[in-house]
Amino acid sequence: MDCDKAIYRVYHYLDGELTVWRRWTIKRHLHRCPPCSQGFEFEVELRQVVSSKCRDEAPSELRRRIAEAIAQCDQQPPESAR
Amino acid sequence: MADQAQFAELAMPYMSALYSAALRMTRNPSDAEDLVQETYLRAYRGFGGFQEGTNLKAWLYKILTNTFINSYRSKKRRPDEVDLDDTEDFFLYRRLGGLEAAEAGRTPESEVLDSIPDEVVKEALESLPEQFRMAVLLADVEGFSYKEIAEIMDVPIGTVMSRLHRGRKQLQQRLWDFGRERGLVPAEPAPAPETAGAGGSGG
Repeated sequence: MDCDKAIYRVYHYLDGELTVWRRWTIKRHLHRCPPCSQGFEFEVELRQVVSSKCRDEAPSELRRRIAEAIAQCDQQPPESAR
Repeated sequence: MADQAQFAELAMPYMSALYSAALRMTRNPSDAEDLVQETYLRAYRGFGGFQEGTNLKAWLYKILTNTFINSYRSKKRRPDEVDLDDTEDFFLYRRLGGLEAAEAGRTPESEVLDSIPDEVVKEALESLPEQFRMAVLLADVEGFSYKEIAEIMDVPIGTVMSRLHRGRKQLQQRLWDFGRERGLVPAEPAPAPETAGAGGSGG
């Protein structure tokens, strides 16, 4: 496996969407190739950063509204439920 | 009639996650709130048909996505929603890697990443064309598998993979652009892009 082939599959590898064999060949390449290995690590970090920085808290007012709307749903069952 | 207590116990813990996703989709807090509320109401009405043991989170995201597509999606692209040309692999790493050469011995890429404010990351994700944005959101923020995303978005797995691939690359470009605009990354000349005219805001 060369760098191009490893990099081509970087996302499949990081997504855990490869066969065991392909996974192993990439792992072996990364072990031997520090530049690729660092690039892969960076992609992992980037993903963690994106994931952790794109979180918002649902407003408490929204929670209240939804709980209320669901309670109302039960009081006035839709026609199909009658 | 669905069991309200059971529904609350199982579905309510996902509210902040769904709200975050709704914000990225609609890019507007009031639309996001309405979208989440409608999603929960639809989910509650359909809860009787939900099969225990199947993936409740994926089911809720499918309802969220469908509701968004049917009711909230604006037909027109926003002007900043530009489909960028494909970039090389490791786009951001290669650019930040220039730093490493300057300061041998340190690994500043991750520090640069950490220093990017939440708002900039959100803005970068929200600037992607919708289909790429949704794929990246579902995979990288929510951690769904290709198969789950295919079911949520109702497209073949191959389509999920290509949207993810392009979406992730464009996200890196956006982070780089936004980071430079805000002086978060050094304004050194980046390696010249192959295609001229990128970076303009023209549609």
